[in-house]
Amino acid sequence: MTPTQQDISREIHALSEEYRRVGETRHHPARDYPPYRSSALRHPHRPPVAVHDPEAVELTGPVFGATDVTALDADLTRGGTGEPLGERMTVTGRILDRDGRPVRGQLVEVWQANAAGRYAHQLDQHPAPLDPHFTGAGRCLTDDRGTYRFTTIRPGAYPWRNHTNAWRPAHIHFSLFGSAFTQRLVTQMYFPGDPLFAYDPILQSVTDDTARARLVAAYDHDLTTPEHALGYRWDIVLDGPAATWIEEGR
Amino acid sequence: MSSKPAPVPPTPAQTVGPFYGYALPFPGGPDIAPAGHPDTLTVHGHVYDGAGAPVPDALLEIWQPGPDGDRTGAPGSLRKDPVTGGHAGRDGVTFTGFGRVATDADGRWAVRTLPPAGAPYLSVCVFARGLLHHLFTRVYLPGPAADTDPLLASLPPERRATLLATGTGPRTLRFDVRLQGPEETVFLDFR
Ligand SMILES: [Fe+3]
Repeated sequence: MTPTQQDISREIHALSEEYRRVGETRHHPARDYPPYRSSALRHPHRPPVAVHDPEAVELTGPVFGATDVTALDADLTRGGTGEPLGERMTVTGRILDRDGRPVRGQLVEVWQANAAGRYAHQLDQHPAPLDPHFTGAGRCLTDDRGTYRFTTIRPGAYPWRNHTNAWRPAHIHFSLFGSAFTQRLVTQMYFPGDPLFAYDPILQSVTDDTARARLVAAYDHDLTTPEHALGYRWDIVLDGPAATWIEEGR
Repeated sequence: MSSKPAPVPPTPAQTVGPFYGYALPFPGGPDIAPAGHPDTLTVHGHVYDGAGAPVPDALLEIWQPGPDGDRTGAPGSLRKDPVTGGHAGRDGVTFTGFGRVATDADGRWAVRTLPPAGAPYLSVCVFARGLLHHLFTRVYLPGPAADTDPLLASLPPERRATLLATGTGPRTLRFDVRLQGPEETVFLDFR
């Protein structure tokens, strides 16, 4: 039987209480999070095996350069032959490692629904209009301060089939590389004050309140440009160790 | 006591979701080996869920040293055409060490690469809808170096077997990823 939002909300609440009761800080979502039904058969039952080998290949990682992106890739509003519909915005921030050092010259990839909440993906069956002027995919390289910057439009919320009346809060998917493969991160950026936060098992899978708050961008009026675009700022911190010898020269 | 400042708290992971297909995979993503290289090795397999069903919306990334042992990698995996904005593809010469492949409707994937030097494995990062936080694993290439690898040696035989690719033809190896179940793949944690 398809669960209702009430069923899912009850499960979310119980797991949140359980997290508080245990009292151990967990930054990332548990891979086993029953309110997100698709996780049931897709999470390992055994704990991961810890690797502490200073020679591990994963302490280094792939690099990207000027050949991998074009200047236009960072402007998602200019991929078509006309202006996409929706609220234009600038999204920018810095990518840092856990020591607070900038991640320089690395690839940032984003993808998102259009203003109506529809992805330019054949399998997205949400009967909201496609926008011929918006595909919703972008790329850029971080600069010397670790800064990324995209021009795009604000995505809409969209329904999904996790439970009856399930809606995802508006979000932009982000894919990030650090200076090591261990720092790889795929995540989602949300918008401040979205009324759907409490109902969404994907966001609520991050059971730590402060960690979850780090997935929400901040509106920044100083970043907003007159007659053009609203500004949102979102900084990202990549987890995981890197080889120390690679620190120089990046 | 160390004076090192407390680490900055990390940004949490979130699932890659079902709709990354038009954003992350790129033409030539699975072709890590330079075009037509005689040492090219094909590594292929399935991704399965806990019910043994193929996972058609998983994304695998490969990172590895070059055939000369170099671990610095090189740009050019994605190469864009600055005129059309389309994909120019890899230059056919440079070994970037990085590959990306999405599973097909049958949960199947394949990459073509060169055997790494200095480490007997390809590093793999697995993303999928339903997976809230990616998973790391390794494809070990059978041979003397794998026989003496400390991580493999630390695992009981049935767990070790999940990390070893098996030959299915000339210069062709199979490696399945099982996200859950009795033959669950060994996943790795580096923190
Ligand atoms: Fe989404």
